Amino acid sequence: MGIGLYIHIPFCLKKCNYCDFISYGFKPALVKAYLTALDKEMALYSNSLPPEEKQLETIYIGGGTPTCLRANELYEVLKACRHYFTWPPEIEVTVEANPGTVDLEKLTVLRRENVNRLSLGVQTDSDNLLQVLGRQHTFEQAVEAVCLARQAGFSNLNLDLIFGIPGQTLTSWRECLAKTVNLSPQHVSIYNLQLEEETPLWKKVKSGQLKTCPEETELAMYEQAIEFLKDNNYIQYEISNFAQTGYQCQHNLRYWRNISYLGLGLSAHSYLARCRFNNTENINTYLNCLTEGKLPVSRVEFISKQVEMQETVFLGLRLMQGLDLIKFFARFGCCIEDVFTAQLKNLLYLGLVEINGLSLRLTKNGLPVANFVFREFV
Amino acid sequence: MSDELKNIRNFCIIAHIDHGKSTLADRLLEYTGALSEREMTDQFLDQMDLERERGITIKAKAVRLTYQARDGHVYQLNLIDTPGHVDFAYEVSRSLAACEGALLVIDAVQGIEAQTLANTYLALENNLTIIPVINKIDLPNANPIKVKEEIEEIIGLDAAEAVLVSAKLGTGTEEVLEHIVKIIPPPKGNKGASLKALIFDSHYDSYKGVVVYVRVIDGYLEKGQRIKMMSSQVEHEVAEVGVFRPTMQIGQKLSAGEVGFMAAGIKNIGEIQVGDTITTVINPAHEPLPGYRKVTPMVYCGLYPADAGDYADLKNALEKLQLNDASMVFEAETSEALGFGFRCGFLGLLHKEIIQERLEREYKLNLITTAPSVVYRVTVNSGQEYYIENPAKLPPPGKYIKLEEPYVLATILVPQEFIGAVMELCQERRGEFKNMEHLGNKRPMLSYKIPLSEIIYDFFDQLKSRTKGYASLDYELTGYEESNLVKLNILINNEPVDALSYIVHKDKAYFRGRQLVEKLRSLIPRQLFDIPVQASIGNKIIARETIKAKRKDVLAKCYGGDITRKRKLLEKQREGKKRMKQLGNIEIPQEAFMAVLKIEEK
Repeated sequence: MGIGLYIHIPFCLKKCNYCDFISYGFKPALVKAYLTALDKEMALYSNSLPPEEKQLETIYIGGGTPTCLRANELYEVLKACRHYFTWPPEIEVTVEANPGTVDLEKLTVLRRENVNRLSLGVQTDSDNLLQVLGRQHTFEQAVEAVCLARQAGFSNLNLDLIFGIPGQTLTSWRECLAKTVNLSPQHVSIYNLQLEEETPLWKKVKSGQLKTCPEETELAMYEQAIEFLKDNNYIQYEISNFAQTGYQCQHNLRYWRNISYLGLGLSAHSYLARCRFNNTENINTYLNCLTEGKLPVSRVEFISKQVEMQETVFLGLRLMQGLDLIKFFARFGCCIEDVFTAQLKNLLYLGLVEINGLSLRLTKNGLPVANFVFREFV
Repeated sequence: MSDELKNIRNFCIIAHIDHGKSTLADRLLEYTGALSEREMTDQFLDQMDLERERGITIKAKAVRLTYQARDGHVYQLNLIDTPGHVDFAYEVSRSLAACEGALLVIDAVQGIEAQTLANTYLALENNLTIIPVINKIDLPNANPIKVKEEIEEIIGLDAAEAVLVSAKLGTGTEEVLEHIVKIIPPPKGNKGASLKALIFDSHYDSYKGVVVYVRVIDGYLEKGQRIKMMSSQVEHEVAEVGVFRPTMQIGQKLSAGEVGFMAAGIKNIGEIQVGDTITTVINPAHEPLPGYRKVTPMVYCGLYPADAGDYADLKNALEKLQLNDASMVFEAETSEALGFGFRCGFLGLLHKEIIQERLEREYKLNLITTAPSVVYRVTVNSGQEYYIENPAKLPPPGKYIKLEEPYVLATILVPQEFIGAVMELCQERRGEFKNMEHLGNKRPMLSYKIPLSEIIYDFFDQLKSRTKGYASLDYELTGYEESNLVKLNILINNEPVDALSYIVHKDKAYFRGRQLVEKLRSLIPRQLFDIPVQASIGNKIIARETIKAKRKDVLAKCYGGDITRKRKLLEKQREGKKRMKQLGNIEIPQEAFMAVLKIEEK
């Protein structure tokens, strides 16, 4: 069985106000060093992985902002993937992009190199709210990016949206959804804004400069989005993800099905051979390790059967089709009812999950309180 | 006087908390070579980590030092360390009774404080010769002259004898030792008389059983003797005697005037009561030494395992702790809300906190404690009197005719400018003004009669915060008096929670009830449904709050394959849940059971 490949590009024009990921400003020398290191990291895995684990089933280049790299730099990354791994044609290859960092040349290069899915960080249609988020683009630029993507030949587009932004209302959110649907993407992700500690946005809320949306409003926004997207033929297949038939994100599905992936680049996470491991978050350590020909892995965790079962359940429950109970039995050799007897009994009683045919899934009531359900299994 | 006694000095060190008692003790040990510098961990006498962290000596210890004085003679000095907190006042008094003299350590910056006075009075009651020691003279704002004035005016001691030291730097240590030898009288006692040995402390040793700390007053103690405890009449055979130097050293005998330890294979520390007199079975003493009383706990609370499966572990841990601390009592009790646990009695709140921390730290127990309560005295309709250690056990109104609570006489020393603030606090706490004296130039001393229940909550913290830390407090129990008290019940999700009920003065009941439900509303996490929180007196609801249902709890973000982070987050939230108590289908955090303590005034 093959793997999903994730490549992390930790550069951005500017960090967004709500973001707590590691990212650096675009500095040509640093980018050059980083891409050299990334190439070495691929080489190291290429030399050590067995052939079946070099067989790619999905590719996802995320960030940061991958598209803040120049066209030739993106080309180098993709070329290296092709060189070090086995890349069958027709597999899903996603690149994350931010409006304002794409042009026709870049997108054409990507498309030519077999990138077939573009994920655009649109976030919201309101320029005011984009400023609150600290985004470096307008909605008009987002619309432009969508047009350019089409022009370059992309026929699988995802648009990311955020709801629950300070100042956002139920009405403005509905308008945002409508404008998004008008752009006819194949896939829409909606994320409830989370205030991560010590981010600029968190500080503004803490100091009282900004006010978060009330919980009821956020819930109404979420429910409204589900209904609106459904009415427009986007099927919700995961807590935050909606797609037209046939356009579910294959790479992200691997996470939720709890199957293997290899993450390369700064702070990237991997799950291979029952181990979760991740790279260092320190860019100097990352560069130095690879200069010395060592893997920049900073932490390895062996996943016991018990933990693997827990993770399989709480990740699988994120999917609307739920957790396939036959597959669970095939994977672990035991029935889920025997492993999580008390938890299931309680959650079924509370009406937060249901067993439908041969899958276990969240109910309509369980969906907005999914974390409560997940907690039962860890 | 016999030569043997002439070269013995028995003394203790008394001080207000943080005035440097333990540091001075260390210097004395170091100077006399009882400890080499290599062996010195700071503050040897405070052996328990907890004591060191809190800077409080909990249990008294006794160390024998050998000192060659300037007069050329070699002296045996027995240093008895005393606890420095008001909770342990009785233990202090028995330690003092084992001495002829005391070093009264006073901070050169702070001057005399409430415990300085309280300890001085105790020392004087025991006819001790007091040597004032002014410590911390190295501090830039030290004012030894002012402190000397205070010593003369407030305590009435001759300050000319005061020794100036810096225990931190070791300055003046030899002077202190010389003063001990010159000023403190040697012990009296008749080696030929019947044995009378005063028990002033004990600890449990897994090999020797209870190690009893004694001061031999008359006669002698030696291996093989049949002895008996005069209050409990229990008999034992002495297995060994010895002294602490500071590690245990077994010796031949302990004679009149000497301080040391005795072991007799005693398994039950309850047989060894501080203040009791040991005598021999053959030719016993007629009268015990004066001053013995049984120590009774003043503060009770429920201790419950957060996980019902830990009940046996908790019981085991309490039994082990009691081996070393007979002043803590416990008995099994059952709460509808919390299940099986123990009602535990302590000398005071500090004592309670220490025990609780040791249970959690040393025994890794996850505990739920209910709000501390004093012991109420209730007279039921039949005329019978009961003592109630658990508010939940109070009979309903109409079933009793009288409800009384314990009162204390609180002595507060405070600078002039804070008198108003202190009086206000005492009045809020139902204090009755008794007296105000001016000690020295401007150190007023206030006396108030206050219900003990008002002291055990956050009185001391409030006192410190309202006086910028300047006030000091001492108190002693005066007895029971009738009060207009009611039982406040708390209902969560319409079910009364016995562990949350408490007894309060009627005038404060409405106010407290409202505060308590507000506090509980903020402490109890929202669940998937609305939860009413109510306070009632009898059947009457006096306050109500609603904990709104949680309707949204999703983690949308994907974290780019970082499943570990997601799992850790869930686990952390789950851990939080584990520290809660499940009441029906509601999770109540541990803090909720202490909420009553956390209510701020006004």
